[in-house]
Amino acid sequence: MERIELGGIAVDTFIAGSGPPLLFLHGGDYVAQNTPFYDRLARQFRVIAPRMPGFGATPRPGWFRTVGDIAYLCLDLMERLDLNDALLVGSSFGGWVALETAIRSQARLGRLVLIDSLGVKFGGREERDITDIHVLPAEEVLRRSFTDPAGMAPDYGALDDNALLAIARDREATALYGWKPYMHNPALVHWLHRITIPALVLWGEQDGIVTPAYGERLAAALPHARFKRIAGAAHYPQIEHPDAVAAAIEGFAQEARP
Amino acid sequence: MTATPNAGMQVWHFSEMAYHPAWEHLSDTYRVLVPNRLFDPKLGADLYHRYLDEWALCDELGLNIMTNEHHATVTCADSVCTIPMAILARETKKVRLLALGMPIGNRNDPIRIAEEYSMIDVISRGRLEMGFVKGVPFEISPANTNPADLTERFWEAHDLILKAMTSHDGPFSWEGQHYQYRSVNVWPRPYQEPHPPVWTPVGSEGSAREAASRGITIGVLNTGWVRTPAIFDAYRKSAREAGREPRRDKLAYMALIGIGDTREEGWRRADQILDYSRTSGVVAPQFMNPPGYIPAAANAQMLKAGGAGQARATRIQTKDGRPLNARTMGVEEAIDAGLVFAGTPDDVWAQLKAFYDHVGGFGHLLMMGQGGHISHEDTVSNLTMFSREVLPRLAALG
Repeated sequence: MERIELGGIAVDTFIAGSGPPLLFLHGGDYVAQNTPFYDRLARQFRVIAPRMPGFGATPRPGWFRTVGDIAYLCLDLMERLDLNDALLVGSSFGGWVALETAIRSQARLGRLVLIDSLGVKFGGREERDITDIHVLPAEEVLRRSFTDPAGMAPDYGALDDNALLAIARDREATALYGWKPYMHNPALVHWLHRITIPALVLWGEQDGIVTPAYGERLAAALPHARFKRIAGAAHYPQIEHPDAVAAAIEGFAQEARP
Repeated sequence: MTATPNAGMQVWHFSEMAYHPAWEHLSDTYRVLVPNRLFDPKLGADLYHRYLDEWALCDELGLNIMTNEHHATVTCADSVCTIPMAILARETKKVRLLALGMPIGNRNDPIRIAEEYSMIDVISRGRLEMGFVKGVPFEISPANTNPADLTERFWEAHDLILKAMTSHDGPFSWEGQHYQYRSVNVWPRPYQEPHPPVWTPVGSEGSAREAASRGITIGVLNTGWVRTPAIFDAYRKSAREAGREPRRDKLAYMALIGIGDTREEGWRRADQILDYSRTSGVVAPQFMNPPGYIPAAANAQMLKAGGAGQARATRIQTKDGRPLNARTMGVEEAIDAGLVFAGTPDDVWAQLKAFYDHVGGFGHLLMMGQGGHISHEDTVSNLTMFSREVLPRLAALG
């Protein structure tokens, strides 16, 4: 784990592998469970996975409060590491951050991959596009997140204090950034036209947090996006099937430019 | 403890204005998710008037008045604490009016709060005591406020309300983290100078220290025999460190009180009032601990313990440290835990005096004299007997 100082914030960043740069933005929970996915990606890419401010062990200054702030931090990070033609991958909450980053600047981006992303509001004011996980019983949230919850939830009692604190901070930060409006930016849908790089929208076929139909709308709203379902997966396909998701990303990265 | 002048203990009658007729339909949760079709407005009107009558009676009995507020719940139909206060500001003439209180970090407009409190203070001719509360975790969902920065909002709203109440030279501007106003100019100014006394409820030593450093009066609720002494000690110590005399009138303790001609009658009344404690914590677990409501380090320890966030469960314990089940506890064990004072006037006085000595003294007794299914007649008798038989003895507390 490296600490990269950006805008006065020491950002905990996992970096592994070599090859074309791949910047991964994590979701609001189960961040540590992405490790097998990183390992698989690191065979072909230089994987850069920052823990966003307020998450894990990365501090968050009081002024740093919005997903837009995280997006600028990601642009700073790409500049600092001098990434070019980078592949930006965002899962869940991280997909929202990836979208906010890409509408601001694609100067260092080559392609975008969204995995069961949040962040965009398509429906009317009385329709819920994104499941409110904070009003549901914990077991139901787990059921909506993984096709096989039993094998997926960490054994919290076996984790050390630092790992537990990181999880508690992940959940707190997700609330801080996404409480209201709930996990979306109402204006974002109107700026998606700016994302002109090729995009791949991957979706767990059984996602109970944001449905595949939402994913299809998201893909349709992006100028150059393709939608692909991941079988046997719910909200975190890269955790349930790291090889299948990594293979889809590798294939996408090798496609010819449109 | 330093001997301090004491004007005698003040007593405050507190009711949550429960809508208990709906309780029989409920078991898993009494909050957040309960549909309001279970509220019959005609029955509700009768109950509101009844509770207001009981508070109005306090003016004759020499008992002060305390209101509070909760949202989306059958346990407390007082969803705006300043509404009964506004009525009572005119209906009463003598006693003081404590709203404990206003969830200032959950309401979106601190200036509106300053206006409501100032108007009540003026109409009551300076009888308002102004409670600022953070609110229990299950208030977050009804308010739809961010749990992760509630504490920041609380203190910013606190500072802004006090500045608004004490600025008398026309508009000022406020560009804070959470609240922005280009022109703050609250009318009316409050009756009391510089502003009505500030109170806050406290449930831990940390928050007691914070209140002490700012000179805020604390109301300690549901902490009982075991947990209260450390909280009061922390307050007194921090007050001294801040250069303030730790006066007893800065400390308040809430108890459920049932008093009767016989011990049996007093216990029966206490048993009915105890339904407040048996119902008020019954809420679906996902609302018990929204992310960020408590510090991350505390949440990490709860994860380790395997709890999904039962931050408020099993807090009540008997003198020997046995945790009580809040849903099923009886009068005898609740007396042992220091939550309830009940029985004959002599019983209540003895229990109160023992508690007072055990915690090092306090200047305010927040008396829940109504709760649950206790009838109007029993409530009137409960309040009247307390006023006649126990209130005169409180002057002896020194």
